[in-house]
Amino acid sequence: MLWFSLLVLIPLTAVIVTASGNGWVEFWRAVTNEQTAAAIQLTVGTAFLVTLVNIVMGTMIAWVLVRDERFFGKRALEVLIDIPFALPTIVAGLVLLSLYGPDSPLGVNIANTRVAVFLAFLFVTLPFVVRTVQPVLTELDREAEEAAASLGASRFTIFRRIILPSLTPAIAAGAALSFARGVSEYGSLVLLSGNLPMRTEVTSVRILSSIENDNLESAAAVAAVLLAISFVVIVAVDVIQRRVVRRG
Amino acid sequence: MAESTAPRVRTGRRPSTYLLRLIVTGYLVLLVAWPVFLVGRNAFADGTTDIQAILDDPDIVHALQLTVLVAIIAVVINTVFGVGISILLVRYTFPGRRLLNALLDVPLSVSPIVVGLALVLVYGGRTGWFGPTLQNAGIQIIFATPGIVLATVFVALPLVIREVVPVLEEVGDEQEQAARSLGANAIQTFRRITLPAIKWGVIYGVVLSLARSLGEFGAVKVVSGNVLGQTRTATLVVEEKYLNFDRGGAYATAFLLALVAVACIIVVSVIRPKDQR
Repeated sequence: MLWFSLLVLIPLTAVIVTASGNGWVEFWRAVTNEQTAAAIQLTVGTAFLVTLVNIVMGTMIAWVLVRDERFFGKRALEVLIDIPFALPTIVAGLVLLSLYGPDSPLGVNIANTRVAVFLAFLFVTLPFVVRTVQPVLTELDREAEEAAASLGASRFTIFRRIILPSLTPAIAAGAALSFARGVSEYGSLVLLSGNLPMRTEVTSVRILSSIENDNLESAAAVAAVLLAISFVVIVAVDVIQRRVVRRG
Repeated sequence: MAESTAPRVRTGRRPSTYLLRLIVTGYLVLLVAWPVFLVGRNAFADGTTDIQAILDDPDIVHALQLTVLVAIIAVVINTVFGVGISILLVRYTFPGRRLLNALLDVPLSVSPIVVGLALVLVYGGRTGWFGPTLQNAGIQIIFATPGIVLATVFVALPLVIREVVPVLEEVGDEQEQAARSLGANAIQTFRRITLPAIKWGVIYGVVLSLARSLGEFGAVKVVSGNVLGQTRTATLVVEEKYLNFDRGGAYATAFLLALVAVACIIVVSVIRPKDQR
């Protein structure tokens, strides 16, 4: 407990205290600084879009992994899902750069654009929805589906009326996690996005440049915003999971 | 399970099955498989010269050693405290338990840069809360190895806990109570009953923490000071090399890191099914 306080609680408190140290006005000025506001907007906006993509693609991937019969390469797909989680983020950036950067064999070069930010977020957040939906889908009772099918429901109706409602909490939890991960992403963007102020600079980069300029107060102010976002997400996930448990 | 007797609703191979399979595979190949493969190919673009060059450079070898050392320390710390906190969370009720549970997830969802900043604010040599005191005692944390260890421990903190807690909950405490009623003390109970039961959860968490610890970049960048040959870790080498237009070196170092990461995942995916059976 003491260890946890020393490592996590006190440092995080220090961020909040430093952020509020100069009063509300200073805090507000640091956060609404033109460049910072642009960075926050870009980060949150992109993370939101990426989360939407993940909700659709993640559910589809989980579906194929659980419901499809065995086919060649299915196990390889399983491993692929986890790669973004285990790969060092800086390597993730390099990895994406090799296919979508200046030397791309596909002939697309998205380096230093906002698309790069989107792509990097998409890469690092890939596992979350898949990994939260997968176990729920595995446990799902097939009887209700079979009953619906025998009563003449179409496959689409079955999916929408029977399967989707049971998956929704898992999807929501995965989406929240992937949103939080997207907002906090840093490593993969260093090489990929070019960190152009006002265009591709994300919040984490903004904080880092404040730290490097020895402006710890404004760094802490922006960091407090990120902390608030991630805390809201954690609470949201917690509430969702509790509701699922209660429903039994 | 449900797949025993009743005929499946959708065993038929419809076009939509293949379409879905194709979309998912295509998406994963474009997003993950192909790019990762290219890094491997770029690393060996000039044969093994790039890898060789890296292993001959004493500064990079030092960075690799530092990374491994830090990762091992961090994993050991996280395993000990992870198991401890898990038992605390599952076996005891105390005020603030739910809050602690929520706070444990913070390191997973907060930006590594914020982690670094938080540590600098508390342990920084000049301005931190504890920094000056520690510095007077001759202990430097930020811009030195202890800072890197702290940052790494922070970001990998929840991984062991998140693996062990569900196992502990599932196992229940009947056997532990039985052992205690037969006169076993706390250490014996833990060593003979609890530890064997949660073994796979712990191993799984350790492998994940190892992968995460080796690859930590953002938090380490803030706290390490990035001093060549002293506090520069492998991930920082990748960035440095790439920005200095030493693509070969960057790809080679990245390849080494990616190799370890992929190895960790494969180990985990081999362990996992065994665990579930």
